[in-house]
Amino acid sequence: MSSLIKTAQAGTLESGDIMITIAPATTEGGVLLDLDSIVLAQYGTAIRKTILDIISELGVTDIYIKAVDRGALDCTIKARTLTALGRAGVVCEGELL
Amino acid sequence: MELRRSMLFIPGNSPGMLQNGGVFGADAVILDLEDAVAPNEKDAARILVAHALNNVDYGASEKVVRINPLDTFGHEDIKAIVPCEPGALMVPKVQTAEDIKKVVELVAAAERTGQKAVKIVALLETPQGIHEAYNIAKADQRVVALALGAEDYTAALGAKRTKEGTEIFTVRSMIVNAASAAGIQSIDTPFTDANDEEGLLQDTIVAKQFGFKGKMAINPRQVDVIHGVYNPSDTDIEWAQQVIEALRKAEAEGSGVASLNGKMVDAPIVSRAHNIIFLAQLLGLRKEIE
Repeated sequence: MSSLIKTAQAGTLESGDIMITIAPATTEGGVLLDLDSIVLAQYGTAIRKTILDIISELGVTDIYIKAVDRGALDCTIKARTLTALGRAGVVCEGELL
Repeated sequence: MELRRSMLFIPGNSPGMLQNGGVFGADAVILDLEDAVAPNEKDAARILVAHALNNVDYGASEKVVRINPLDTFGHEDIKAIVPCEPGALMVPKVQTAEDIKKVVELVAAAERTGQKAVKIVALLETPQGIHEAYNIAKADQRVVALALGAEDYTAALGAKRTKEGTEIFTVRSMIVNAASAAGIQSIDTPFTDANDEEGLLQDTIVAKQFGFKGKMAINPRQVDVIHGVYNPSDTDIEWAQQVIEALRKAEAEGSGVASLNGKMVDAPIVSRAHNIIFLAQLLGLRKEIE
């Protein structure tokens, strides 16, 4: 899967949003999520779970994700992750919701 | 009939604004996928608005989504948004009844079984659309309101848009009349200077005089000003109660004609009084009204 992934981005750094960048997996392979958040201590685990659940549900096993969170709600995290995955060619249109 | 005194635009690709859209007390929020979203962000906004519809509490505000025209991203918008149960879609740049019929076909195909039927607010913002207003209003029973988009309309005419609005005098009348003839609501164009509260107040008073049932807003600060104009005043409510009382008295006395302060109370007056009392009760302005 990773060889088909294009580098793509979705979201912004505005308050209440999250910027998700997706790229092919590193040489080691696997799913690598690099998360930066203004609420990392409080919600870091929950944010990671939201993103990784989507990756898992889509059956993606090799991918690099950089997420910079500015206090996004769960539904925003899901929407931005799906948008980035769509732009990266991981999911087709129609599967994004 | 839903109350649509104020319809507040919320940019569709702004999570911060989407998540707070329900706190301003607007009768409707319009989650905007069209003009507020850059072409290269249409996919992101569509997915974000779909998730907002499913997860954000907009309170008593009706959830309306302004989709893109069918010749751009409208098909994708309808397919993604309709299953998320918005109260209505606002369809921009409607030119003919046929445009509405095409949208209705797509909406019906996208609705889930058992889902509440998605209504349509037709945004008229071209000379042809204005000309076809009545046919558009009657195109389908899902159409619940005609809304005026004066910026694009005056641009199409080559007329300068002014705060006084003399250039849209005729189209305001045409839209109100067409909507009324079709038995649906009419919504006025937004007042685009968010910092001019007095200008908004005067423009809303004019819109109400024309007969518009509400006004679109582009800034949350505008909602209270619009409601202030559309809510019945204490004087209005008192007058309406006097009219109803005069009518009851005349009926009790077996008189066919009621009068109030020397003036005949005829059917239009009674109808207006009932509307004021209905609105006052709906808004909880006077609880003692019978």
